[in-house]
Amino acid sequence: MLALLGACASVPPNAGNNPADPFERVNRQVYAFNDTFDRAVAKPVAKGYTYVVPKPVRECVGNVFANIGEVGNIINAALQGKPGAAACDVGRLVVNTTVGIAGCFDVAKYLGCERNRQDFGLTMGKWGLSPGPYVVLPFLGPSSVRDALGEIPDYFTDPVSYIKPVKDSYFVYTGRFIDRRAQLLDVSNLVEDAALDPYQFVRDGYLQRRRSRVYDGNPPPLPDEEDPDSPAPDASSAGGAVRSPAPSPEAAPAAGVQPQEPPAPPGAAPAR
Amino acid sequence: MENSLSRFGGSRMWPRAGRGRAIAAILTAALAWGTASAAVAAPEAATNAAPDTMILNVSTEVLEALRSDKAIQAGDFDRVQKLVNERILPHVDFDKMTRLAVGRAWRGATTEQRRTLTEQFRMLLMRTYSGALSKVTDHKVRLRPSPGQDSADDVVVRTQIVPSQGDPIGLDYRLEKTADGWKIYDLNILGVWLVQNYKSEFGETISQSGVDGLIKVLTDKNQKLASSAKSS
Repeated sequence: MLALLGACASVPPNAGNNPADPFERVNRQVYAFNDTFDRAVAKPVAKGYTYVVPKPVRECVGNVFANIGEVGNIINAALQGKPGAAACDVGRLVVNTTVGIAGCFDVAKYLGCERNRQDFGLTMGKWGLSPGPYVVLPFLGPSSVRDALGEIPDYFTDPVSYIKPVKDSYFVYTGRFIDRRAQLLDVSNLVEDAALDPYQFVRDGYLQRRRSRVYDGNPPPLPDEEDPDSPAPDASSAGGAVRSPAPSPEAAPAAGVQPQEPPAPPGAAPAR
Repeated sequence: MENSLSRFGGSRMWPRAGRGRAIAAILTAALAWGTASAAVAAPEAATNAAPDTMILNVSTEVLEALRSDKAIQAGDFDRVQKLVNERILPHVDFDKMTRLAVGRAWRGATTEQRRTLTEQFRMLLMRTYSGALSKVTDHKVRLRPSPGQDSADDVVVRTQIVPSQGDPIGLDYRLEKTADGWKIYDLNILGVWLVQNYKSEFGETISQSGVDGLIKVLTDKNQKLASSAKSS
């Protein structure tokens, strides 16, 4: 435990300059704590769980937890003004609890209603609340001020929080935590491979994903997606000076295509 | 900035009408392709295809190859990379991807720096992507309806990777029409655009230690990944 508390993040000198992450200094410390906890406890336990428990059983367990989560999905879909989705979630809960044997099998997905995970952070986003600063919560991981506040109503819409002898609910929480971690084993390895700085990669990925989800997968494009080199001034020399195999012989196909654009509508013209 | 704004904003009101027909065409094409053998569908064949057809073909082809390849399932990483190099690489515009991810600093970078950046970024992406693919066992791919911000030469193709169990994974591609067919230049996994994520990472490295600093970080990262792949 001491080792966990002693985990100290190396904080880059420009930490906190990113407007989305003013608490970066603190966040990095919490991130380092979570990461240490993950390496020392959560990940080994999740690995052990996947090693010992056969896949069909793990799938059943994951489905049971997801089925419990339908209660929150229903409430949030309704609060977001999506009667269709809410109805779907009610159907899922009813069908999977009965026909799917306490949620063990996701039979409802074959009836045309796919799982539609929601939480109160997304609901507030739908209502127009911006996420606010990025925060990393101990044990729970990446979040934002909005989404962290959303955890409170989420707690009350979670049937597990009503389990009566409270210590039984801790048992269920622990099980759910292990199930979630086990499901993310491949993803976390991937992030580790792909990221130059995992803290940043996770942060930006989280913020992008949440934004995408608030807009139901169709977020309006951000204004700063520009191609810095559309005219590609050095394109010809770049092609000539290669030692090792270059990805593409023509350095900037983008530039070559520009003139052959079909007659574009006025709005699509570059200048405006 | 204005360029991209008007490109997306302006095009939204544009070629929506043909979508129904386009989907019919895709379905027909997919059916037709399904009857053709996988070996025949070389990259050349895809050059003139509609972007969604191309993505569907390439994805189906790759998933099929993963399913049938016992060596890959046994963890032969070289074979995954070979598959990626042969089937996916020809459809990706790494130059544009790198330019977009490096952002403003690209303009001030020398030719040599640009070349190294592109090369190292390509290596990193290919390695990560191959790593992700090696986990794929029995997955299917299906197209999702497009969000409708396409223009004539720049489109988003949305797919879902459907595992035999569990929730489908959203996987979208942004493509640009080039002289030799449609080229992928951005990838969206579960709502996260890769170029945008790397742009933020690259930006902070560049602001701290310049373009050469970024090159060093990328090169170190690739070396680390290469050596860990060997040892495991």
